[in-house]
Amino acid sequence: MPAVTRVVLAEDEVLLREGLVALLTRFEFAVCAAVGSAPELLDAAREHEPDLVLTDIRMPPGRRDDGLRAAVALRAERPHLPVVVLSQYVQTGYAAALLDSGDGQRVGYLLKDRVAEVTEFVDTLRRVAAGGTAIDPDVVRQLLHRPRDPLAALSAREREVLALLAEGRSNASIAARLHVSEAAVGKHVGNILLKLDLPPSDDTNRRVLAVLTYLRSDPAG
Amino acid sequence: MTPEHPRHLAEALRRRSWLISAWPWRTLAYLTSTVPISGVLAGGLLVIGAPLLAAVNALLLHGRPPGIALLLFLALGSLFLLALAPIVSFPVAAIERWRLRLVDSRPLPASPWPGLVARYRSAATWREVAYLFWLGGFAPVAYWVFLLLVLLDLGMVTSPWLVGDAGPVVIWRPIETTGEAIPYAIVAVLLLPVLCYLAGLLAAAQAAVARWALAWPVDATALREVARSRTRLVGAYEAERRRIERDLHDGAQPRLTSLTLQLGLARLDVPEDSPAARPLAVAHDQARGLMVMLRQLVHGIRPQSLTDLGLAGAVRELADAATIPVTVHADLHGEMPEIVETTAYFVVSEALGNVDRHARATRAEVRLTRAGGDLVVEVSDNGHGGADPARGTGLTGLADRVAAADGRLLLASPPGGPTLVRVELPCRR
Repeated sequence: MPAVTRVVLAEDEVLLREGLVALLTRFEFAVCAAVGSAPELLDAAREHEPDLVLTDIRMPPGRRDDGLRAAVALRAERPHLPVVVLSQYVQTGYAAALLDSGDGQRVGYLLKDRVAEVTEFVDTLRRVAAGGTAIDPDVVRQLLHRPRDPLAALSAREREVLALLAEGRSNASIAARLHVSEAAVGKHVGNILLKLDLPPSDDTNRRVLAVLTYLRSDPAG
Repeated sequence: MTPEHPRHLAEALRRRSWLISAWPWRTLAYLTSTVPISGVLAGGLLVIGAPLLAAVNALLLHGRPPGIALLLFLALGSLFLLALAPIVSFPVAAIERWRLRLVDSRPLPASPWPGLVARYRSAATWREVAYLFWLGGFAPVAYWVFLLLVLLDLGMVTSPWLVGDAGPVVIWRPIETTGEAIPYAIVAVLLLPVLCYLAGLLAAAQAAVARWALAWPVDATALREVARSRTRLVGAYEAERRRIERDLHDGAQPRLTSLTLQLGLARLDVPEDSPAARPLAVAHDQARGLMVMLRQLVHGIRPQSLTDLGLAGAVRELADAATIPVTVHADLHGEMPEIVETTAYFVVSEALGNVDRHARATRAEVRLTRAGGDLVVEVSDNGHGGADPARGTGLTGLADRVAAADGRLLLASPPGGPTLVRVELPCRR
């Protein structure tokens, strides 16, 4: 892991952009560029080759999903580029589009509300930059809320654990959150991977695959 | 589709139960109350009508030109009648409008007395006058023909008793014995319901003429204008909603996020034991709560997904968030007014919400299609059915929303299911 994470930031609202720059700088990220539109983001990311891209979804020029499109385009060029997108509201389609880009890992989809939890937000950014994946708890909740075939076999507790896994947390962090032992979490995770037909391996990202598989499946099918 | 209770005679006549309803009695009341009015008017008309008939008769049959005195009388009389008619027609029209309620529950508003000069200059007045002539001239003839039919039928019915006492009865041909009369009587009895229907038709025809002649055309155009202005208003309202949504989303929301972020950063700099720590934490929490609230508020005004993804995409998001599997078929092309998109979105949202809450379904389907100038939205589920708009399952509110967009909502939900909600929204502007 590099000593300093170099970030390209895109956010069209000036005050929020300044705030994010202040936050990133404070936590010892290096902000190479802070821009306000999708084309500028593409240029800046190509020029600086950062360790992480953090971008808003709704941005000029189209004010629709321009930020997301730019992120997906960048991931097509550099599949391992870590990207975190910020969204004003929960939209599973966006989360799926992001997870479909590049290698499907090193991505984050967060509600803008999360920036309020300063330390947790920074943790998430670090996790993604280090190779993890983070999906907003609200998105995960919405997806797990619906009983779907692959997840029907899971118990309520296992779903809870899966939700936390999807946020990219470690066993220790899940254990602390659920007030159980780490061994118990390990057992739950084993069961989940077994039930979802995903044999456990050393690679922690594999655990997230459980949710990724689910997210990538066609919502209409 | 006919409504539960027919609003007027012509509608009621199409019902099978017409003969055993109150409508024949209302018809009878209407017809009989016509007689004195029609009679008086006919009397008035005869003052001119009789000499006119005599003159025409003389001219056509005998080639004799009418005398000067007669022509003078006819000319002056006609002028007098025409001069008088707009004044006489005013109370008659009032009575007729009031009487029309016997066979037509749709109110027919009257106009107040507009002043003598205005009375002569209004087109509606002359329609009333035309009705006056119709009621005094044509209606009596029709009534006479009908009365003759009734008398003929009654004669046939009673013929078996009449024969013998007072000699032969003549119906078509002379009938001399009771045995000969009985088939006629049977036919006549069978014809009685036909006469009832004929009476119904006569009254319905008269009511239709009265309605046409006595309605003030001004009202009709005014109502059209009201409907148009309602559409305009709803359109303006929709545009305003969108503007508010945009302002909140692009203006207030990021600023609030920024404020919350700054408060979060500030908290990091303030030591836990400082007197400022607690109020700062409270402010931070409140700002976060406000962010969530504002997000829900913006979503309620106009769903973000609709702005970003269009109707089909937004509906797919809705389907994705449902607790049961929902299949979406969207076949959309061409531009749609904003109000149609928003309404369709809320229809699907509310209908899927109902499926969630009430239907105990395991599957649902949403279908969006363009049919002619309409957008057709169909939401179906395999639940237990029995959805009842009267029980306030949100369907009434939905119907109101649809009506505001000039559309209509149809519901099929038999007990045991399945339920189908169909909404048709016109896309023309």
